[in-house]
Amino acid sequence: MARVVVDVMLKPEILDPQGRAVQGALGRLGLTGVADVRQGKQFVIQVDGDLTGDRLALMHKLAEELLSNPVIENYSLTVEADA
Amino acid sequence: MSARIGVVTFPGTLDDHDASRAVRIAGGEPIELWHGDDDIKGVDAVILPGGFSYGDYLRCGAISRFAPVMNSIIDGAKGGLPILGICNGFQILVESHLLPGALMRNESRHFICRDQKLRIENADSTWTRDYFMNQEIVVPLKNGEGNYFADPATLDMLEGEGRVVARYLDVNPNGSARDIAGIRNERGNVVGLMPHPEHAVDALTGPTTDGLPFFTSVLTALVSA
Repeated sequence: MARVVVDVMLKPEILDPQGRAVQGALGRLGLTGVADVRQGKQFVIQVDGDLTGDRLALMHKLAEELLSNPVIENYSLTVEADA
Repeated sequence: MSARIGVVTFPGTLDDHDASRAVRIAGGEPIELWHGDDDIKGVDAVILPGGFSYGDYLRCGAISRFAPVMNSIIDGAKGGLPILGICNGFQILVESHLLPGALMRNESRHFICRDQKLRIENADSTWTRDYFMNQEIVVPLKNGEGNYFADPATLDMLEGEGRVVARYLDVNPNGSARDIAGIRNERGNVVGLMPHPEHAVDALTGPTTDGLPFFTSVLTALVSA
């Protein structure tokens, strides 16, 4: 078993209205000094067997073509063995 | 024989009936298409209507892009089949890479519902040829993620090639780059539009009938093809 974790974030230059809303709420809770909040998504994918070259490439394809939209988002992918 | 215009229903689609009604009022024959079918029943054109397909899960339009019906539609679009994506349909078209850019959450963070003034800036596409250049129209707009985004080079390309089909007038409701409300592909058979012309085809139920030419345009285009 391997576990693939894909994090998807809006590109830094893209306005994140949801992050801004969260930042506003932090202020209402009395937390000051928060310069910025960015909201993203995390996908945790369990796969059977080992992630060999081809299957890992397929995971990157999945991250790039389905889990993220490259026009506005970046992704990062990490593999954790033996989850 | 009137043209057969397919209207796709995905789980969560809302505006398929209004789109079908607009086709009927324009003089076409609406054909129901189902997201789970490969078959698009030999239709002459396709409308991807508004709503919240697949609950807007992941990103608006991202799951719909991989629905079985989209294989036939994407192939058809590349071969010149007329496709109009309205609101969620526009989101599906950009997720399918049939149109460039992306639609993001409204800058204001509010869902916007209003009668919106637009200027038609391209009267050559399959879906806008019954308008005249720079015609001003009012149709309903209702979206939470209608903020059109593309990088500056893409925006310059769209404007340079006359591919901005409609622009917001008076108010930019959602923060869209360069007030863009709708765009077309190079060939002009694929148009994506955030506002809703199908809700403005009958004086009884719409603010105007300004939306009707979108639906007559495609019929005109099919007859002359």
